[in-house]
This record gives sequence, C-alpha cells and structure tokens, in this order.
Amino acid sequence: MTKYTYTEKKDTRSGFGAGLLEAGRRNKNVVALCADLVGSLKMDAFINEFPERFIQTGIAEANMMGMAAGMTIGGSIPFTGTFANFSTGRVYDQIRQSIAYSNKNVKICASHAGLTLGEDGATHQILEDIGLMKMLPGMTVINPCDYNQTMAATIAIAEYEGPVYLRFGRPAVPVFTNPDQEFEIGKAWLVRPGKDVTIAATGHLVWEAIQAAEKLEQEGVDAEVINIHTIKPLDEAAILSSVAKTGCIVTAEEHNKMGGLGESIARLLTTTRVAPQEFVAVDDSFGESGKPAELMIKYGLDADNIAGKAKKVMKRKASLTD
Amino acid sequence: MKNEYSIDQLKYIATQARRDVVRMVHGCQSGHPGGSLGCADFMTALYFKIMNHKPDFNMDGLGEDLFFLSNGHISPVFYSVLARSGYFDVEELKTFRKLNSRLQGHPTTHEGLPGVRMSSGSLGQGLSVAIGAALTKKIKKDKSLVFSLHGDGELQEGQIWEAALFAAAKKVDNLVMTIDVNGQQIDGSTEQVLSLGELDTKWKAFGWRVLYMDGNDMEEVVATLLLAQKKALKKKPICILMKTNMGHGVSFMTGSHKWHGIAPNDEQLSLALSELQTSMNDY
Repeated sequence: MTKYTYTEKKDTRSGFGAGLLEAGRRNKNVVALCADLVGSLKMDAFINEFPERFIQTGIAEANMMGMAAGMTIGGSIPFTGTFANFSTGRVYDQIRQSIAYSNKNVKICASHAGLTLGEDGATHQILEDIGLMKMLPGMTVINPCDYNQTMAATIAIAEYEGPVYLRFGRPAVPVFTNPDQEFEIGKAWLVRPGKDVTIAATGHLVWEAIQAAEKLEQEGVDAEVINIHTIKPLDEAAILSSVAKTGCIVTAEEHNKMGGLGESIARLLTTTRVAPQEFVAVDDSFGESGKPAELMIKYGLDADNIAGKAKKVMKRKASLTD
Repeated sequence: MKNEYSIDQLKYIATQARRDVVRMVHGCQSGHPGGSLGCADFMTALYFKIMNHKPDFNMDGLGEDLFFLSNGHISPVFYSVLARSGYFDVEELKTFRKLNSRLQGHPTTHEGLPGVRMSSGSLGQGLSVAIGAALTKKIKKDKSLVFSLHGDGELQEGQIWEAALFAAAKKVDNLVMTIDVNGQQIDGSTEQVLSLGELDTKWKAFGWRVLYMDGNDMEEVVATLLLAQKKALKKKPICILMKTNMGHGVSFMTGSHKWHGIAPNDEQLSLALSELQTSMNDY
C-alpha cells in the first residue's frame, strides 16, 4: 500500500499562480483578468512577466466575465480571478449567457472556495459553486487536491478548448502529489486501492480521505481512495469499477451536500449500479466565521468523520446481504 | 466587405430589411418588430457602408470590424442585414423562431449561425463583451474597430455602468457603442419606468466621447458613423446617442411601446408591407 506523506503545506491558490505563469510562458494567448484580488489569487508573477496580458477590472465581476467572453473573440485565452462566490453566484447570468451558452474559451478561476475563507464568514464563502457550475451545459468543473495538482490543472486547462471552472482554496494544505504530474481532465486518480469501501473525494478533502483510510486500516478496513479532481465530466467508469469491487461509497467534498460531487455520484449509481452511499459534505447550511481547521471539524469535513461514514456505509452494505 | 452604396441605395436596403422584419415576426407570430424597425437604418448603414467585414465568417474576426448586438430581442433586423449582406441564405429568414432553426428568438452562437459571435438576450452584457473583443484587438495590434448596439432601456442594467467606467478608464478607444434612444421599453416609456436622466452628460462624465444622430435619417446615420470612425483610436471610447422612432417605417407601429414585442396579424402585415416599398426581393 502506497503511504502518502508530506513535508510541507502550501496553498492551492499558489499552485494556481505558478500554473498561470507557466501557462502564460507556454502560450502567448493566455491573458489574465482580476477584480481587485491580485494578491489573493497569487497572480503577481504572471503580471510581472506579462504586464501587457493582464487586465485589472476593478471590483466589477459582471463586467470582468463579459470582457473575458469577448476577449476570446480574436483568440485570447482569458483566466478570470476572484473569490469563488464572486466567480459564480454573483455573475451566474453573465457566465450562463456570455460564456457557457456562447461556448467561449474562458477559464473561471475561483479561489477561497468552500468554508476555508474562515474568519470572513458566510458572505465570502461559497458552498454552492460546484452545483451552479456543473449544471451549465458544456462547463468543465475541476477541483484539484493540492499545490502540485492545482498547478498541473491550471496548465492543462489552458490547452483545453472550452469553458472551465477551476476551484481552489485559501489555506495551506499538505502537498502530497508528484510535482511533475500530468493532469488529465476528466480522468480520476486512484490514490489507494482497497476492497471494503470506496472513498471518492475532491479538493483538499482527498488528503483527509487518505488519513481516514489509514485510520480504517488500523481497524482492519481496506478502503479505496479515488481523487475526483474533475467533477464534470465525471469519470463514471472509474467510480463504477471501484464500487463494483467495494459495494459501497463515501463521497467527500467541501460543498453543500446538495448539488456537489456526492449528488453527481448518487445520480450515476441510481441509474447504473445501486450501492449504499454516505455523504461527507456541509448539511445544507451556510458557513460562518472561524478558523478554517475549526470549521472543517464543526461541519464534519475531517478525516474522523470520513472514517465514521465509511464504517456506517459498510454496515448498510452488510445489511443488504443479510 | 465594404461597398460604396449611395444613400438612396442604403435606404432601399433598409426598407427591404423592414419588410423582412415584419414578415419574419408575422411568420412565427412572435418577436420584436418595434425596435427592429427603428434600428433598420443604422444596421443597414453599418453592414453595407461602414464596417470592413467578411461574410466569409470566422469567429475570431481579426483584421475586420466586429459588431455586437447587446439588445438581442431586435434579432429580426440583425438576421436580415446578416443574410442580405451575404452571411447566409436569405431563405433561412423563414425559419425565424421556429423549431430547429439557427435563427433563435435571441441571437446565439450555439447554433452556429454565421455572423453571430455572442449570445445576447439577457440585457446589459453586450458592452462588456464588446470591450473584451476590443481589448484582444489591441493586444493583437489589430487596428479595426468594434461596434455595439444597445437599447436605452438596457442602460438600467448595472453591468453597463461597470463597463462604461472600465472602457473610459482604460482608454478602450477602438470601440463605438450606439444606444438606440427610442424612449420605450416593455412596460411603457423609459421616462415612466425608470428615467435615464441626461444621457449625454452621464456618458461624458464617465469619460466617453459622445456623438448624436437621428437614427432614422440615413444621411445623418452614415455621416455620424463616418465621423465616429475618424474620432476612433484617440484615447476615448465613443458613444453614439441615436434617436429613433420605435416601429419607424410602419405608421401604425410608430412611436408606441405597444409594438415592442407583438406580431402583426395578416391584415396588419399587408398594411405594413404596403407602406414599405420593396427594392430587392422578399425571401
């Protein structure tokens, strides 16, 4: 069994900043727009190297989204940057009409997603963004797990033609993936094979899922962990083949249980291979102020809760075969 | 494509566009004739005289002037000038707003209709899009211009003012926006619904160069658009306040918000066509 360790914690938004710089070096059509949050989005390095390819829009997110859509006409590849709440809910109609329906090659890059904006509280957090974005026809939705994967994803989406929602967080989280990895959009990563229960996690909850699997191992449970970094298009084959083996699944995400990864997987299972599922997600509520680590525990997004849900879903599986 | 049409020839084409508009809206018993008729002269001048554009359509449009229709509900006149200037077969106008058509009620790129570069319909978004296209032209050192058309009622959307602020502050001077000031919107006059106040002082205060024209006087439309081309690329975005009559060219549709979004019946269609002498050929 592969043991995952980490020597440092880094924020995924810095992975985005590094990826944006590299994408800009590889492709001169890459441009960046930001609504007054350059530091938060870690765009400084890109701006220093390519000042003529950076647009400071001011605090005007609707205009930013519309301009990004327009910039694709003529071949620019715009990356927009602001907090996840202002990247989605605030500008949903602009994204719907000018980006998704018009099929424009815009990369909507959203930092501080989920609860982890912490002390700023619910107005600056968003737990609905995956749902909002995945419901748009043609929108690709990506939520990478650590610094390295966020960097790889940022580079990959620049090479992909079509609208993309890229979601990442604020706090530093363990870096445990390969720095030289290839990122394949829509292809899930089997992090750890197992036979008793599938844990399908996204974003930085993949690390919590790995921790949960190690706790479970000590109790004699062999958990399989899959990193669903691309929520849409969903790697249905990877999920179905895992569930075929384990017979039950826990989904884990920093999102409302409504509309997120768990719901996508539930839809898949009800239309193919029905299996017991448990959700690790925020139970249909807004967030609140607090330290990110405290919020993760209060809202049940930590390794202990994932392990608990794994045991619960295995009991449900067992009851089906009684 | 940039043709040397005379003013009289442009007037004939605009009349044909008006015939297309009333027939299209009648054909599906749905659509927005009022604003379409009011903007027929402007749209004709733009596509047949002013813009350097290529009916051999490609989405990126580098090296040619671009146009964005922000008030997408006046799609009939947009589709008519696109077809009449060679983007697609005029016969296709028959399919307007019908099942499986590329001519959706509001313009979209989704169905791949040549000439359409952006979906519009939900109001207030087109100025941002036009600015974005203008920014890419600047990055790519393409000196051609970006034109856009907006309804006056549409200015009630806040996004317009975000975009207005940006374009002036960042000197987006390869942009010519035109506002169709017909003073009417669905629920009544703009004055009654939500007064726009003094538009020229507003746009000037935002830092734009403001031009004015009677949008139903072809000579003035052409002259003003030529002036706008001359004034472009000089540090300021350009806003043309275009006074029009909603429904212009069809007497019983003129000047009332009632014809904003309803279709003529058979009798009304005949009456309208009798007032619009054809110069080309109906589809």
